[in-house]
Amino acid sequence: MATQTEIRDPGTPQAAAAQDVMIHAEGVIKTFGEGAGKITALDNVTVDIRKNEFFTLLGPSGCGKTTLLRLIAGFELPDRGQILLDGQEIGHLPPYKRPVNTVFQSYALFPHMSVARNIGFGLEMQGRPKAEIKTATEEMLALVQMEHLANRQTDQLSGGQQQRVALARALAPRPKVLLLDEPLSALDLKLRKEMQIELKRLQGETGITFVFVTHDQEEALTMSDRIAVMQAGCILQVGTPKEIYNNPARRFVADFIGDINILEGELQQDGGAVLLPGGASIGALLPEGAARSGKVSIAIRPENMGLTAPDAADASLTGEVTNIVYFGAGHNVHVALDGGGEVLVRRAQTDAQVGAKVGLAVPDAVQVLVD
Amino acid sequence: MTDVTPQTATDARLAEARRQTMGAARRRRWQLLSPALLIIGLFGLFPLTITLVYSFLSPGSYGGVRWEFSTDAYVQFLFDRDIFDDTLSFSATYLNIFARSIGLALGATIGSLIIGFPTAYFIASKPANQRNLWLFLITLPFWVNLLIRTYAILLIIRDEGIINLSLIWTGLIDQPIGILYTDTAIFIGLIYSYLPFMVLPLYASLEKLDFRLVEAAYDLYASRLQVLRHVIVPMAKPGIVAGCILVFIPALGAYITPDLLGGGKQLMIGNLIALQFGGSRNWPFGAAAALILMVVVMVSLTVYVRYSGKEGNGRG
Ligand SMILES: Nc1ncnc2c1ncn2[C@@H]1O[C@H](COP(=O)(O)OP(=O)(O)OP(=O)(O)O)[C@@H](O)[C@H]1O
Ligand SMILES: [Mg+2]
Repeated sequence: MATQTEIRDPGTPQAAAAQDVMIHAEGVIKTFGEGAGKITALDNVTVDIRKNEFFTLLGPSGCGKTTLLRLIAGFELPDRGQILLDGQEIGHLPPYKRPVNTVFQSYALFPHMSVARNIGFGLEMQGRPKAEIKTATEEMLALVQMEHLANRQTDQLSGGQQQRVALARALAPRPKVLLLDEPLSALDLKLRKEMQIELKRLQGETGITFVFVTHDQEEALTMSDRIAVMQAGCILQVGTPKEIYNNPARRFVADFIGDINILEGELQQDGGAVLLPGGASIGALLPEGAARSGKVSIAIRPENMGLTAPDAADASLTGEVTNIVYFGAGHNVHVALDGGGEVLVRRAQTDAQVGAKVGLAVPDAVQVLVD
Repeated sequence: MTDVTPQTATDARLAEARRQTMGAARRRRWQLLSPALLIIGLFGLFPLTITLVYSFLSPGSYGGVRWEFSTDAYVQFLFDRDIFDDTLSFSATYLNIFARSIGLALGATIGSLIIGFPTAYFIASKPANQRNLWLFLITLPFWVNLLIRTYAILLIIRDEGIINLSLIWTGLIDQPIGILYTDTAIFIGLIYSYLPFMVLPLYASLEKLDFRLVEAAYDLYASRLQVLRHVIVPMAKPGIVAGCILVFIPALGAYITPDLLGGGKQLMIGNLIALQFGGSRNWPFGAAAALILMVVVMVSLTVYVRYSGKEGNGRG
């Protein structure tokens, strides 16, 4: 019997104690437009973002990631629901009164100011003393390694440098939360990788809660402490990268992140096991609230499947190899199942031949998906 | 050494050929420019030269000029000549008219900036498909002759006009406040006449304003006023400079507005100049006044543009 505790239903309160929560959104609904053109950008979103964590909103274009960030920043007001920041209701506060700063996708640096003045702008607007602004600006310049460019105009910077200035500018006032809306999407791949590491380092050094938006699943998996996967205005699943990757609770989450094999099966033993089409029965990991019997979809990662002889004891499924693709770090072996359908098996080494009959080994327990 | 000479000879020939083609290109360039130069000369420099020459001649008794050199026109600007003994005494009459005109024009410029900025911002923040309609409405008064529009203003602000009547009707005043034929009337008229010249360049630069910068400033603890001061105004600076120039210059030389709304009693430079070529029959003095006005405008513009340019760069 393998029920799951790691996967939390996003609708229920999480295990974290209240004092560990930085942002608490409760039943947030946000719509745009009226009548027929009405769009529900956020549909009853409830989520907790903890202190000092690198939290990522991951989802396809138009799923409401930016909208959620704008609600936290105060640029938009929710139609319904509330947002608490460090235990305080902030719904009535305008953006300039929230201890939350944003790194915009377009950077939005002030073109009529130098790099240093851009970075000091937040503190200047807060009316901090000149000396304090100066030290903080220098500190930030050092943090993002831009000391030598302090007096440049911002339009004389490269994309990566602008990115660093935007980061420093948002971090300088030491906000409680830093919101980052796809900050790396304008950078080329190499710079992007560099900035991913840089961002992670900055988050660690400053201890500020980062809420990071991306639609790049690899970026989300490498950088985040926890990920919220969104679709069509809803948060489908919240969890650590490992939980999200290994135990996707929803079909959409499984499909969206990496390659995955989705097979049909039937639950047995009050949901404790699942019967595969080939007749083998293996353990089932049920998401909370899922039905305990009937036909279900199960998900197995390609790298969690093994190739064996068709008559081996651990061959839960059998099929015929249709294609083998070498991709450098390993091989993708495509297998047509005897019962119909195709699966992908990923192995570092393989001696399988196209056309050969093979058996497929699956993990002891597999993830059951909810649609 | 022997082959140097022919080479130099070739070089010289090449250089000569190049000189010839370049000469031809230069000639062609002048030919193409000539219509423009002719028009600038005929309608720009030539009248200016006449004005300059006339300002150093003596007035004819029935208008026009006598071809006798005289600096009287410029002397008259600052001094009164005694009719009996020809002694000069300082007189501030014309200086005062200049000062008043500059004051009114400056006031009108600032006034139209204060009214024009929110208007332009309002239009620029409308959805793109509605902006043209608003711009059309702003320029609509221009479809009516300035004279007619000024008479309309006159009807509005006179003692029996809509302003006074409604103020009396609401009981705020019991005697009409005399606006007409005062500086206030001219001030209102100037702002009304030249407001679109302020709104259009302001709109042009505000429309280009990246609204994400405004959001970024809000996000960085700037209140509405601070956003205006630190982001919107600096970014709209080219529009502000252009708008101020476009309002100040015509306002300074305005003729119809002070003539009708000032009742001919409250003179501005434009009226003073017109008077010299009309009733006063002193063309040289009129020409001198026009030239002095031109110098004043040029000097103040240079200073203004220098100053605003420097401030723009100094930021940051
Ligand atoms: N100001 C607005 N007016 C009308 N509709 C809007 C507005 N802002 C967002 N929407 C709609 O709300 C939905 C969610 O938009 P949002 O910008 O949050 O998506 P996103 O997840 O950030 O997408 P992307 O990855 O493309 O940035 C979309 O359908 C979008 O069209
Ligand atoms: Mg977005």
